[in-house]
Parts: sequence; C-alpha cells; structure tokens
Amino acid sequence: MHAITYETPKSLDEAVKLMAAHGEKARALSGGTDLLIQLRAGTRRPEYVVNIKNIPELTRISFSLQHGLKLGAAVPCIEIHENGDMRKYYPGLTEAAHLIGSLQIQSRASVGGNLCNGSPAADATPALIALGAQARVVGPKGERMVPVESFCLAPGRTVLQPGELLVEFHIPAPERRASDAYLRFIPRNEMDIAVVGVGAALTLDMSDDRVVAARIALGAVGPTPILAAEAAKSLIGKPLDAAAIDNAARLAIAASSPIDDMRGTAEFRRHVVGVLTRRTLAKAAERARE
Amino acid sequence: MANKVIVETTINGDPVELLCEPRQSLLEVLRDVLELTGSKEGCLTGDCGACTVVIDGRPVCSCLMLGVEAAGKNVSTIEGLATGAALHVLQRKFLEHASLQCGICTPGFLMSAKALLDRNPNPTEAEIRYALAGNLCRCTGYDKIVRAVTDAAATMAGRSSRTAHGGAVPAETASGMVSEMLAKGEDK
Ligand SMILES: Cc1cc2nc3c(=O)[nH]c(=O)nc-3n(C[C@H](O)[C@H](O)[C@H](O)COP(=O)(O)OP(=O)(O)OC[C@H]3O[C@@H](n4cnc5c(N)ncnc54)[C@H](O)[C@@H]3O)c2cc1C
Repeated sequence: MHAITYETPKSLDEAVKLMAAHGEKARALSGGTDLLIQLRAGTRRPEYVVNIKNIPELTRISFSLQHGLKLGAAVPCIEIHENGDMRKYYPGLTEAAHLIGSLQIQSRASVGGNLCNGSPAADATPALIALGAQARVVGPKGERMVPVESFCLAPGRTVLQPGELLVEFHIPAPERRASDAYLRFIPRNEMDIAVVGVGAALTLDMSDDRVVAARIALGAVGPTPILAAEAAKSLIGKPLDAAAIDNAARLAIAASSPIDDMRGTAEFRRHVVGVLTRRTLAKAAERARE
Repeated sequence: MANKVIVETTINGDPVELLCEPRQSLLEVLRDVLELTGSKEGCLTGDCGACTVVIDGRPVCSCLMLGVEAAGKNVSTIEGLATGAALHVLQRKFLEHASLQCGICTPGFLMSAKALLDRNPNPTEAEIRYALAGNLCRCTGYDKIVRAVTDAAATMAGRSSRTAHGGAVPAETASGMVSEMLAKGEDK
C-alpha cells in the first residue's frame, strides 16, 4: 500500500474542515472493508485517510416513534442488528445489514460505507431506498439532503463531491401497520455478493388492509440500485392479493436492466426479480399485520 | 519510511506504545512490528479469517484494519489466549477433538470462538456455525471444529457435553509440541 497520512477527527466540524482542506486527496475511512482492499490493490490512492468512527453524529443510532430514525453513516452493521428498535421497526434494513459478510465484516462494515462504495449489489442500499431514507451530506459548500435512490450514479460513482461526507441517514418514523423486508439471492447460504436483491416497505390500511403506501427497490440488476416506482404505485389502494403482487412483480422486472455476468444471466436475474419481489412484499405485509 | 506515528493501545491486557506507518494494517503491525506472529495472513481480503483478532469484544479481520485504528482499543490476539503454559479450554478442546491439521486457520478460529463464547456462553450449533462462517479451513473440515467449540462451551459452564469424551486428554496424547505451539500462537 502507498504511504498515507491518517487523520482521526473527533467532531464533525473538524472532519468537514479536514475533508474540505484536502478535497480530492482525502477519503473517508469507515469500516474499511471495501476501502482497505482498494488501497491495497492500488485502485484508490488517497493521500489522506480520514477515520470517521470517532465522530458522534456518524456513530450513533437515535430513534423515536415520533421523529423516526437517524442512523449514523459509520455505525457498524452488527450494532444495527443488536439494536432492539432497529429489529422491531426496521427489520428489512436490519436483515440487509446482517447479511453483509461474516461477523468479522459486520463488526466493521457500515451502511454508509456500503452506499458510498457505490456497488450496484450493495445489500443495504435497496433496504434504505424502500424505507425512503434521505442521506445527510455535509461538505465545504454546506449541507444537503439526498434521497438514497439518487445517491449512486454508476458503479463506484456517487453524488459525493470531493470534500463531502455522508453523515447520517434520516428515515421516517414507522407508521402503524407498516413494515419492511429485504431478500437477496446468492448461490450459497452465506457470504456472497447478491445476484439480485429486493427491498420493500409497505403500509396497510388499519381497517380494510388495502395498501396505503409502498416502495420497492432492486439491487444488482442495473448500474445502480433502482427504485421500482411504477411497481410500488400499482399496489396503492388495492388489497395485497395474488393478482396485485403478480402485477407488481411484473412491473419490477420491467424496471430492472440486468446484465449477464459470472453470477447470473440477465434472463435469470429478471426471473429472480419477480420471485423476490413477490416474496419481499409478502414478508413485509406479514410483518406489517403483526 | 518516514512518517511513522505513535499508537497507544492495549494488547492482550497490556498497555502498548508502538511506532508504525499509517499505511500498515493491524496484521502487519502485530506480525512485523510487535512480532506477534500468531495471527496469520491468508487472503488479505477479509474472506478467510486467518488474521482474526478480537477488538473490544468483537471479532475483526486484522488485515482490513489499519494499525493506527487500534489506538485506544483493546486488542486480543491468539498470544493472549493461554495463561502462561496453561492452555485455554478452547485450545485444549481443539487438541482433544483433533480440530486442526496444518494449523494456519486455527488462531483465527480460536479467536472467533473466543469472541462468541464471551458473548454467548451457551451457543446452539447453528450459532457456532454462524459465528465461525468468516473463518475458512481447507484441510480439517468444520465438524471437528464445531465439536471442539461445543465441548469447550459445555466445559466452561461445568456441563458435560454429548460430544465430550469426559475429562482432559492425557498430556502425552496431545503432542507436547502442538500444545506449546498453540500456547505461543506460533507456527514453528
Ligand atoms: C469478506 C467480505 C464480504 C462482504 N460481503 C458483502 C455482502 O454480503 N454484501 C454487501 O453489500 N457488501 C459486502 N462486502 C462489502 C463491504 O463490506 C460493504 O460494502 C460495507 O458495507 C462497506 O462499509 P465500510 O464501512 O467497511 O466502508 P469503507 O470501506 O470504510 O468505505 C467504502 C467507501 O465509501 C467511502 N465512505 C465510507 N463512509 C463514508 C462517508 N460517511 N462519507 C463519505 N464517504 C464514505 C470510503 O471513502 C470508501 O470509498 C463484503 C466485503 C468483504 C471484505
């Protein structure tokens, strides 16, 4: 690995100043489970590596039923899984975080790093999109909120400008009779990269069980994670029966644009998008009714 | 290289002040700076778990962490598992159940198992397999390792386990050299 200068700011202010001062020469270090591999391979060559794990805003989970969730970008996935509110109110995002690698990886890897790395197959990203998460970004020019579905631009490329940091995710408070789910297909039981991932969030009507709100997001079937807006819209106002689910699955397939690669053909991936959309919707609905 | 920095950390319970380059991984710092060569270098991509150490109670691949990130942390390595010449129960059970052959993966498995049992003293088989899923073994296979961890948990809790063959193995059956190796966390 090339020589680096290591910085470990203790406050967001200090971190933003450091990132602004070094611009393109700086990279944030969260869990390092993507970054260290890239540094070693020489595919990223920052002069400054800025550890963001000592900054309060980036390392906390704060939840209230009234205000919803603020999830620090650098919180390790294992802490998400161990958090009772996360498991109860955002089970889909929690299961996505808990799918990322082994316990060794989850002890370091963060949801923020998962998103900022910009992989189309990142497991947490479709779960965030399904929940309507907004990314709070702070940089030399100030602060902005970016909907997670607009965060990734191409494989490995995001909206982050030099000097900008992803601070946290803002996720709306859970409605009553609402829940989420995330499922992925991999050729093995554990420890693999998604061939397809699908996240869904649903809100069902208190009295007649019709769909009040829905969001569906797809991973690994396009250059970036995809919000399948038409598929979700098709469910609104309807009971979540087999016909409605099949129709949404068909529209999710239409929203995907997979390629052939060593992990699956485009045709196979389209098929799996349909299967996982059906299953994810069913699972989110089951949880919402609990 | 010029830009070395001082890192204050705790390793196996002892406060340590060390000098390293920021670009060095924790694994390189352990092996090359501190000469703690028990943690092994395998894949360098976080897949094999041979470099697993425990940081503040959590298993971590030391190849995917910078040495400078250990500042202020509690790092446990295989070298700290035994107490002097007395092997940790996990180490003893690995010997009794013949859970190692070449031994390269063993320090990593032991540290993952240690992190598991510290958190969950009575794990199910599924929990043991999940906790060890980030450690790869390419010669012994996993069943004997899982049996050793199950037995170690039972022994530590004062239970007898189904898989245990009662009591400790006489010293002569467990090769003295291997026990010494495990105690020191060395491979030669
Ligand atoms: C063995 C192994 C298994 C894996 N399995 C999976 C898996 O199953 N599913 C999956 O999706 N991924 C997997 N990964 C990939 C990786 O673990 C995840 O993408 C992880 O979430 C990355 O998070 P991190 O905190 O380690 O990011 P880092 O490596 O620290 O950062 C990744 C990138 O994002 C940038 N960055 C991070 N945080 C910020 C921030 N707050 N602001 C600005 N930029 C930032 C960094 O500069 C870097 O470019 C695996 C990796 C390994 C090594």
